[in-house]
Amino acid sequence: MITLTIDNREITAKEGATLLQVCLDHDIYIPHLCYLEGMEHAAASCRLCFVEIEGVAGPVTSCTTIVKEGMVVKTDTEVVRHLQRASLQLLLSVHHVDCAHCPANRKCALQDMAKFLKVGLKPKYLEQHLKEPEIDQGHPYLDYYPNRCVLCGRCVLVCKNSHDRPFLTFAKRGLDTVISFYEEDRAEMPCDECLACVEICPVSALMKRKVG
Amino acid sequence: MNPIYNQQVEQAFDAIRQEAISKTKAAKNEDIPEITIGKATCGLAAGALDTESAFKEALAEQGIQARMKSVGCIGHCYAEPIVIIDHPASGFPPIFYHQVTPGKARMLVKSFLLDHDPLFEHLLGAMRENEMIPQVLDFPRFQFEKRIVMEQSGFIDPGKIEEYIARGGYSQLVKVLQSDPEEIVQGVKRSGLRGRGGAGFLTGAKWEFVSRAEGKEKVIICNGDEGDPGAYMDRTILESNPHQLLEGMAICAYAVGAGRAIVYIRAEYPLAVQTITQAIQQAEALGLLGKNILGSSFDLEVVVFQGSGAFVCGEETALIKSIEGERGMPQHRPPYPAQSGLWGMPTVINNVKTFSSIPAIVRNGPEWFSEIGTKTSPGTAIFSVVGDVVHPGLIEIPMGVTLRHLIFDVCGGIPKKKGFKAVQIGGPSGGCIPEALLDTPVDFDALNHVGAMMGSGGMVIMDEDTCMVNVARYFLDFTQKESCGKCTFCRIGTHHLLRILDRITKGEGRETDLEQLETLSQDIKRGSLCGLGRTAPNPILTALRYFRDEFEAHIFEKRCPACMCRQLTAYYIDLDKCARGCDACVGSCPVEAIFTTKDRKKGIDQTLCVKCGECMTACPEEYSAVKKVSPPDLAPIVERPDK
Ligand SMILES: Cc1cc2nc3c(=O)[nH]c(=O)nc-3n(C[C@H](O)[C@H](O)[C@H](O)COP(=O)(O)O)c2cc1C
Ligand code: SF4
Ligand code: SF4
Ligand code: FES
Repeated sequence: MITLTIDNREITAKEGATLLQVCLDHDIYIPHLCYLEGMEHAAASCRLCFVEIEGVAGPVTSCTTIVKEGMVVKTDTEVVRHLQRASLQLLLSVHHVDCAHCPANRKCALQDMAKFLKVGLKPKYLEQHLKEPEIDQGHPYLDYYPNRCVLCGRCVLVCKNSHDRPFLTFAKRGLDTVISFYEEDRAEMPCDECLACVEICPVSALMKRKVG
Repeated sequence: MNPIYNQQVEQAFDAIRQEAISKTKAAKNEDIPEITIGKATCGLAAGALDTESAFKEALAEQGIQARMKSVGCIGHCYAEPIVIIDHPASGFPPIFYHQVTPGKARMLVKSFLLDHDPLFEHLLGAMRENEMIPQVLDFPRFQFEKRIVMEQSGFIDPGKIEEYIARGGYSQLVKVLQSDPEEIVQGVKRSGLRGRGGAGFLTGAKWEFVSRAEGKEKVIICNGDEGDPGAYMDRTILESNPHQLLEGMAICAYAVGAGRAIVYIRAEYPLAVQTITQAIQQAEALGLLGKNILGSSFDLEVVVFQGSGAFVCGEETALIKSIEGERGMPQHRPPYPAQSGLWGMPTVINNVKTFSSIPAIVRNGPEWFSEIGTKTSPGTAIFSVVGDVVHPGLIEIPMGVTLRHLIFDVCGGIPKKKGFKAVQIGGPSGGCIPEALLDTPVDFDALNHVGAMMGSGGMVIMDEDTCMVNVARYFLDFTQKESCGKCTFCRIGTHHLLRILDRITKGEGRETDLEQLETLSQDIKRGSLCGLGRTAPNPILTALRYFRDEFEAHIFEKRCPACMCRQLTAYYIDLDKCARGCDACVGSCPVEAIFTTKDRKKGIDQTLCVKCGECMTACPEEYSAVKKVSPPDLAPIVERPDK
């Protein structure tokens, strides 16, 4: 066990633990989207979980930081909050904000973080950009909503972990990046039974298709 | 690995070297002329193959015997196709000819080879000192350059290993095989060599890390992805001197204890892939690569991997993912490749130029290298210089040379008597440097200091007619498209930057835009996962820092000072200059916007004009009557007479 200081609190943690997990375990909330408990290599893609560490230049992502003896961490500095807000606002600028009609309403990671960071759901300065079409129905069992998706990659990861190989993947580049799936014989796909991705998605961007 | 102190290696190599020397001697028959043609991609693009066939045909027609030799790039890409003719019987030294078209080739065969007239009007210079023709080595370009990596580029046939060996190639590997690997690592460290792929990390330190990594298998990778638009240094080196790179890689593999090496080349470089593949086969056939190199216990398997061409695949962790068969997306570091790289093995990954510098460092010693260039950036820098410059091409200069010297003395300055505006260094995420900072020396730290970066050696020169807002937009457009899409700041942030710049160039800029550009740029730099996002805002930040007035003119006056942004510019015809009765511009206009005035001069119908600029090109130089203005309402109104 090691001891470190987070927001002036002395905390003991297991050696080798990630800082983000330690914070969450001690009720110190840090906004995050792409981190999953127990993941081997953090994707570090959502760029929300920033903290500042004494003696380290600039804010760092806590999901990629391994706790160290004597570490002094601040989760609530101006720089940290500025970056977290900026990141969230960017995500919202390409998000179809339509909470009333969204199945994720009230259990949505974006709503929670917006509330925590005191950010409006419709960013003032950034022009909204939405993808076409609103729903991608290419998958035999799932509907994908690119304008809800925050590209956290959790679905790809749980898919890979649940089966020997992934059925989901990132596709395209830049702003056009989406979640897609490998073309496959329908009968080979475990999706109908599994739905791990649907459950893990923080914003209901993947939904089991309603038949009929 | 223990040093291989044995005579056997030395002897085995000596036999190979002797054979290479006699082979090249036999090929070089003093009695007949030798025609050398540059056939790297730059030469080929300029028509070197047609030139070659023209030579062959003309030789056959005239019944002249001559030896045709192929070489890589000599660096003077503006002069391609380049041909060097050595015709001892004529009494002239070997002569360097530029822009040798098939017609010129036929002429040269007849006049020079047959009649011993070297056609003075077509030659650039002689290859050695003589009384008759100025020597090219005395030209400023050759004088100021210092060639380490490119020393033999354009002089040896990249397809013939014996030419490299005959000039001393692979003997550094032989020397290294008989030394302590640790000594090699320390030597490279002492030389101060910094990686030429962009970040400038100390190469020896990287090697040391991998050499000390625990037991497991190790691997080395040469990064030949070269995704910067307009950059072609690495391609040229791969095409012109592949064995120098392979020797450097073999030395590294021995020093760090790796048994496998991969040359990663983008698939868009077919000639480079072919050249290096052939080179590997030739080296293996001679026992210089492969199992039991030169009879020693050192094995090195070298393979070529063709990358699929995304810019971000040049980033080391993405490159490794792409070799592993996954989507080329950057990963968080640490772990660094040196700790856990390809398939989890400790991995040295270095740029083409980094590895290619190694044989010279081993040959001449670390101290020799560290004395070239500057204290913190020793050695030479290789740039591909493009844009508004008299002599574009590849140059190798000592670090520390100022930008001014490089642009104006080495590369001949700005063409058409125009003024200099900015130089963009460091690839798409480099910075734009203004006239006032031209005395900045070229080295890693000085360039970072002014907001640019060394990058891997792309350099774009821009003249006074360049709009810096548009330039920033151009580079952002590139990085924005090439973002791998993984992380939030880069994926979405660069998109917003581009949208704002787009607006500004269209005259729709807002008062708040400058502040927004700045804040967003800083956030992207801070927040992004990999080097692509962390540097993508550089062109904007430097443009804002050094050319802020241009942004302000666009936003507040709807004016483009360089008259480059179409929506903010108008063309008109200066009636005082327009020649009565001249029709040159009329046919050039694709939309029939040009009409004839009552006194038989010309006018442009602004409602039809699409601002393509064709009329400006068409107007004869002695009139130069077509003008550009910004904002567009400054264009004088010329009435179109009723039909
Ligand atoms: C977006 C991006 C693109 C890169 N492209 C290249 C490249 O084309 N060639 C290269 O050698 N290094 C490239 N790099 C740098 C590599 O990540 C790595 O630092 C380099 O290959 C290490 O070699 P060096 O130490 O010899 O410079 C790139 C980095 C980034 C962030
Ligand atoms: S579909 Fe859901 S889980 Fe998958 S990347 Fe998008 S937001 Fe994340
Ligand atoms: S900074 Fe850009 S290229 Fe790098 S990981 Fe993030 S999205 Fe991908
Ligand atoms: S949780 Fe750390 S970057 Fe997403």
